[in-house]
Amino acid sequence: MEQSEKIVLDHVSYVYGEGTPFEMRALDDVSLSIRSGKITGIIGHTGSGKSTLVQLLNGLIKPTSGQVLLDGYNINSTFEKAYEEWNGLPEYASLTKRRAKRAIREEWKKRQRELCFRVGLVMQYPEYQLFEDTVYKDIAFGPTNMGLSHEEIDTRVREAARFNGVEDDWLEKSPFDLSGGQKRRVAVAGVVAMRPEVLVLDEPAAGLDPRGRSRIFGEIVGYQRETSSTVLIVSHSMEDMARFCDDIIVMSHGKAILHGRRETVFSHVEELEAVGLDIPQITHLMRLLRERGLELPENVYTVAQAVEILKTALPKMTNKGTHI
Amino acid sequence: MTETEIFIHAEHLCFAYDDEKDAIPAVKDISLDIRRGEYVAVLGHNGSGKSTFAKLLNQILEPTSGKLVVGGVDLTAEELTEEELLAHRRRVGMVFQNPDNQLVATVVEEDVAFGPENLGIPHPELRERVDRALEAVGMSEYAAHEPHRLSGGQKQRVAIAGMIAMMPECVIFDESTAMLDPLGRREVLDAIRMLNRERGMTVLNITHYMNEAALADRVIVINDGEVLMDGTPDEIFARRAELRSVGLEVPQCAELIHLLRDAGFSVEGEKISTVEGCAEMILRSLGVIEEKGR
Amino acid sequence: MKNISFGQYYPADSVIHRMDPRAKVLMALFYIVCTFLCKNVLCFGVLILSCILLIRVAKLPLRLVLGTLKPLLFILLFTTLINVFMTKGETLLTPPDWRIAIYAEGLWNALFMMLRIVALLASTEVFLTLTTTPIALTDGLESLMSPLKALRFPVHDLTMIITIALRFIPTLMEETEKIMNAQRARGADFRSGGLIKRARALLPVFIPLLSSAFKRADELANAMDCRCYHGGEGRTKLKVLKFRPSDFVAVFSVVAFGVGILFLNRSGIGYTLK
Repeated sequence: MEQSEKIVLDHVSYVYGEGTPFEMRALDDVSLSIRSGKITGIIGHTGSGKSTLVQLLNGLIKPTSGQVLLDGYNINSTFEKAYEEWNGLPEYASLTKRRAKRAIREEWKKRQRELCFRVGLVMQYPEYQLFEDTVYKDIAFGPTNMGLSHEEIDTRVREAARFNGVEDDWLEKSPFDLSGGQKRRVAVAGVVAMRPEVLVLDEPAAGLDPRGRSRIFGEIVGYQRETSSTVLIVSHSMEDMARFCDDIIVMSHGKAILHGRRETVFSHVEELEAVGLDIPQITHLMRLLRERGLELPENVYTVAQAVEILKTALPKMTNKGTHI
Repeated sequence: MTETEIFIHAEHLCFAYDDEKDAIPAVKDISLDIRRGEYVAVLGHNGSGKSTFAKLLNQILEPTSGKLVVGGVDLTAEELTEEELLAHRRRVGMVFQNPDNQLVATVVEEDVAFGPENLGIPHPELRERVDRALEAVGMSEYAAHEPHRLSGGQKQRVAIAGMIAMMPECVIFDESTAMLDPLGRREVLDAIRMLNRERGMTVLNITHYMNEAALADRVIVINDGEVLMDGTPDEIFARRAELRSVGLEVPQCAELIHLLRDAGFSVEGEKISTVEGCAEMILRSLGVIEEKGR
Repeated sequence: MKNISFGQYYPADSVIHRMDPRAKVLMALFYIVCTFLCKNVLCFGVLILSCILLIRVAKLPLRLVLGTLKPLLFILLFTTLINVFMTKGETLLTPPDWRIAIYAEGLWNALFMMLRIVALLASTEVFLTLTTTPIALTDGLESLMSPLKALRFPVHDLTMIITIALRFIPTLMEETEKIMNAQRARGADFRSGGLIKRARALLPVFIPLLSSAFKRADELANAMDCRCYHGGEGRTKLKVLKFRPSDFVAVFSVVAFGVGILFLNRSGIGYTLK
């Protein structure tokens, strides 16, 4: 099941303050799917609906209409719905009606509770959520809430620390004594420690300098490759999205206007610019060269691509025998 | 250059925080001159000392040693009186990183008026200043709004209007775009350009975005509390290896030119700080356009 | 979290909305005195009528004003019950062998007390919070209290503190919600368990909120320094308050209303408070 869909949004709408004068349609009939074991980037302006989308994924808010499916299971399913759907399943068929009902209720409750552990959400500026007196305890907060054993918690804390470059000697320090970038990594580790099947990060690199940005993205990609979990990254930066994501969803005015593989999305440069997004500088440059008559492919979005293209497509650039 | 044209003069400026913690950066030794009307970007990674430097310029922090002359007033000569300090702060405005933490009042126009009110500006000039400042940043229609309902970029524009209303000669932007989305960043950068180009204000933009540095006339790179590089964006971006060693990256186009050169291609020219410049360089190397003036 | 409505400004275009905030503060004070002057059924009748009239004049929906009193229902009920059971009088209503004695005077007292509190709260809202923006209110208070400056009372500092508090309440509420969501995403449970468990569950919200509030305070102080803030001395104000003749008339009519109440007290119609 390599190409399976981890999350499916089926005609999802979300309206804030329905029926009041402040009514706002944050998501408008959005249908899309997110591939399992891939990194998907969600891009769009503030107010495009991307933050609402993220909060829908782990049940923090419930859609006004439509459904959110995680591995085919409607995460906002009521017990009555669940009962209706599962009643005929073989594992409940042998039970009496009352027992089946009770078993289904238990299963349903368990799933609802597990939801926030299955979809881990790292909010914007997550360093503000740190509160324990040591880094270790803070990373352990999530796993402890899951009711895991001490040994299991310890394993997970250390594993998450390793994934996020949290050094051993920080673990007994107070999180408030760390620098901004270090705090950020501790906060991400706190969510990774819950071993979510889906890791969602809202602007993980906001406010960091170039080194901090590369570092945190490097860690996220490393984590994804090693665990082959599904990762969603929300960002404003087209350049970062182009470097790290397999798939991209472009949000604008509550709708997903583009959605697909990275190379497909970046072949719609005009549409991206039309909604006011900053296309990567390199894409801009290549387009400029094309306009001046050079024959170059259209969807170039990383520097590495551009170098390869200019090297091979234009052999006459070689000069003075340094390169043949 | 005559002496009067230099607006900021720093000589072996040094600052150490009292509580000797390793995590806190400090200014070690900064010597530089900034001329009136210049648009300067100050680059450096987090913790390089660039924000401390900005706080020294505005006397939020007092230098431990060294000399600092701003607009002809020697701030390090002796203890400043309250009046001298206020006069200095009026001349050098500052816009901070977090848009939420620098707006004081519950109504936009009241907030813009906060600075001039403190200066004791009488009516009707006070009213005029507020209106004109809001107009300059395009926020007139939001005059009666509550700040917390505005977007990040709009809040920063209100903060900038608050500065303009004090009529400073120099404005320092201390990572004012770091918490904004691309749209908000563009709003602030447009306002910065307006202040510098149309009003002739001296502007210091402290940032770690290389694309922003490319917009300035001059770039100063600070590392470890010292000036590492000082030059035009073109000159600075040509020194990619050095920038990398201090945790900074050149913009994508400059990176491309560097990578092509590393691979043995000859791409000649200096204008690597702009997309257009880079395109020109590539086209010229290909012979698509004639070499000019060579 | 977001619908804390007591004390929120309700924008409308009415005579009361347009009044000088100082006049409104004075009117509110005098009106409160009036509620305490009321002694008999007639007076309270007039008082409640005047309240309804004020709400009409301010162009506020009656339901809105009553709705904002809801959070105070408990206090209202409590004082009423205390009055019913604790007042001793002459006309005993309950059988004499009951352990709880309720007197007719007690019922009257309870009713009057309830009406008084309702009128007091409703009028304060109509004169001040619902019709006056927070900033106008603080300006008005600062101006009214300015004579206290002679006594070295820090009037300006106090109003500055109120202004900043008003400015940051929405920001901090938003932040609280954000932190709660973040901790909920880590499996924190704020809804179940006993009182102690719930209080403990709020620790992961409270600590980050406090640490961020301190950071904000520090940054705000810097920003204020940069904008040449140096206390109230030599400060001018963008909005200059103007006390118009109509404001005088309005304040005077509330005083006249009080005098009227005093006269009605003498009429002796119905039960009269001692």
